Amino acid sequence: MTATNSEATLPSQGTEAPRSGRVDPKYLRSNPSKGAFEMWAWLFMRVSGAALVILIFVHLWTNLMVGDGIYQIDFAFVAGKWANPVWQFWDLTMLWLAMLHGANGMRTIINDYAEKDSTRLALKSILYLASTVIIILGTLVIFTFEPCLVDEAGNLLEYAPSFCETAVN
Amino acid sequence: MTQTKSTPGGRGTLYKGREGMWSWVGHRITGVGIFFFLLVHVLDTSLVRVSPEAYNAVIGAYKHPIMILGEIGLVGAIVFHAFNGLRIILVDFWKQGTRYHRQMLWAVLTLWLVTMVAFSVRHLMIFFEGWEGF
Repeated sequence: MTATNSEATLPSQGTEAPRSGRVDPKYLRSNPSKGAFEMWAWLFMRVSGAALVILIFVHLWTNLMVGDGIYQIDFAFVAGKWANPVWQFWDLTMLWLAMLHGANGMRTIINDYAEKDSTRLALKSILYLASTVIIILGTLVIFTFEPCLVDEAGNLLEYAPSFCETAVN
Repeated sequence: MTQTKSTPGGRGTLYKGREGMWSWVGHRITGVGIFFFLLVHVLDTSLVRVSPEAYNAVIGAYKHPIMILGEIGLVGAIVFHAFNGLRIILVDFWKQGTRYHRQMLWAVLTLWLVTMVAFSVRHLMIFFEGWEGF
């Protein structure tokens, strides 16, 4: 037995309280090296969560609370926002953090409720696949977005935002 | 010996059936709901790469009266998850966090109510000003 931590000792029994890495091996469900991953996942939830509060509250404020609110949201509105690299970066950060935060939360829930190994594997496979597809899709959309679409004759489409007129002419 | 079951006399356990458990239940349910909305929201936003018409048609659904109520529900879930998440961070990292976790839950619920009244009033005001009927 290695040195004992007096703060972790239960006075009544004189034994150490169980904690990650100090549990009797017969009670371990998986490889102890997973403990480091779970610690980083736990920390990530708190750091990304705090960032997402700011990212999402500002997102809701600019899209729903100011201007015409819900009615202003259309193709031209999105084009106007993404013409600014700050909003591209804002939405990209929000996409990645929210998806990773949400996927990790869903992973925790699957681990809690799906008792069969095969069920856990199936559900987590779907979760990881869906999350990867959504993150890649969203990232591509932000970076390949073309606001000033033209028809075959080279004329701007009617939904194009107003700043396209000066850019084309 | 620690109690493991709540007793009919009202003196239950520290956790089960009390603030700690219910805030955890609320955090899970809102989290799952927000996650599924997020999947849909990235997909509907991706329609800007299909065509302006496709995006405007689908995003137009968010302006329907039923969806306006849905948005209030969604924002309610997000605001609870956000404020309760900050409470969890304080419970984990602030020295006095575990001592005041119940008081902090009441603070979360109060702030949630204030935020949601303000959001709902503004969102409904905008909706009724611009509504052209069914």
